[in-house]
Amino acid sequence: MRGFYSRKIHSLLGVIPLAFFFIEHMMTNFAAVEGGASGFTDSVLWLNSLPLVFFLELFGIWLPLLYHGVYGLYIAYQSKPNLNRFNLERNWRYTLQRISGIITFIFIVWHLFQTRVQVAVGNVKHEELGGVMHDIATQPLLLAVYVIGVVAACFHFSNGLWSFLISWGVTVGPRSQKVSSVLCLGLFVIVTSMFLLSLFTFRDNEFQAAASAAQILRSFS
Amino acid sequence: MAETVAAPKNVKFIITRQDEPESSPYTEEFELAYRPGMNVISALMEIQRNPVNATGDSTVPVCWESNCLEEVCGACSMVINGKPRQACAALIDNLEQPVRIEPMKTFPVVRDLVIDRSRMFNALKRVKAWIPIDGTYDLGPGPRMAEKKRQWAYELSKCMTCGVCLEACPNVNEKTNFIGPAAISQVRLFNAHPTGEMNADERLEALMEDGGIDGCGNSQNCVRACPKGIPLTTSIAEINKQTTKHMFKRWLGV
Repeated sequence: MRGFYSRKIHSLLGVIPLAFFFIEHMMTNFAAVEGGASGFTDSVLWLNSLPLVFFLELFGIWLPLLYHGVYGLYIAYQSKPNLNRFNLERNWRYTLQRISGIITFIFIVWHLFQTRVQVAVGNVKHEELGGVMHDIATQPLLLAVYVIGVVAACFHFSNGLWSFLISWGVTVGPRSQKVSSVLCLGLFVIVTSMFLLSLFTFRDNEFQAAASAAQILRSFS
Repeated sequence: MAETVAAPKNVKFIITRQDEPESSPYTEEFELAYRPGMNVISALMEIQRNPVNATGDSTVPVCWESNCLEEVCGACSMVINGKPRQACAALIDNLEQPVRIEPMKTFPVVRDLVIDRSRMFNALKRVKAWIPIDGTYDLGPGPRMAEKKRQWAYELSKCMTCGVCLEACPNVNEKTNFIGPAAISQVRLFNAHPTGEMNADERLEALMEDGGIDGCGNSQNCVRACPKGIPLTTSIAEINKQTTKHMFKRWLGV
């Protein structure tokens, strides 16, 4: 396929569906902050009760993620950062977009393995995901890795929207690009704080309790 | 009245040299007496007149290209203290010393500071950066351009194909075949022209080929580096809009 179309698809998939799923994921996590362990479990169960959930996941998350991730690695490989010569804000964002993309891709693969893959192979049930997250968030090293991964993903998401608007010709002039920069920076702050709040909420003991309760229930059945 | 004679100031240059296109580059230092108003070109001319390096050894004069000496031809573009720019407009008074001079390595180096900028002109040919008016009979006067449009289009026409924007772009390198900002901006210029507009699709399709507009990564160094202050990023975003529209039109067959 010619570069123009493959790059356009890469750009489109970054927003539809991936950015939408990112927001959805943020809200599911935030249910932990609002409703505690039970709120989070309800939210996860509701999401997984959607009809044709397998296909929603396949076409709405996995395949777009695979394409966007692999093609994105290729884009990152093709760049030749020159911050030493052009120490400019937009050039920093260009470089960080590629670095954060690589970090996010690795992080997502690992995060998927710890959560979705474990559910798929039957080691963990959806109700126990809060417990899994509790185990991760209470280990300082894993928590640090998660904080880095989350911040990278949030940056990649916000700055990606900024450059999406340029690549599709929505923000053309310098003024509109400046306004969208400010809006995307605001979005970055909001999204990052919501994700991190949820992450630190998983440290609460009630998530531990939820996990063990689920385990007990399972041992009865 | 005898004028006070200032102690002779020296200016130090570190020049990256290369004897042949395939040979490896090396640096050579030069030290010249300061003269008021001197610029990088006049310094190179002095080295040419008296090719002696800083250690006192006679050497082969440094090769470079220049024409207009007033920052409108782009021939003397080189990397001075890390920034790609025109040597004729680089006043020694405004430069940190020692002055480091390198060729723009994004392009093939021919010798010393001389580079081969053919890809710039090939890019203009690829995107058909002209207005076809030749025919077998007089086509008559073309449509007029609105004055307001002419004013911003004029800014785009200031491009001198110097190659500084390509040197500044992190996506123009040996791993990509990205055409670079200059040609994209020229497509906007010729697509804005009332007669040029008649061939707008051909130019857009040229930019939708491999190495076209999709190579832009929005680092926006180009607009900051352009010596003519051309709004290159606005041109790129506008062509993003035009190519996106063209893509949908082609799909829908309208």
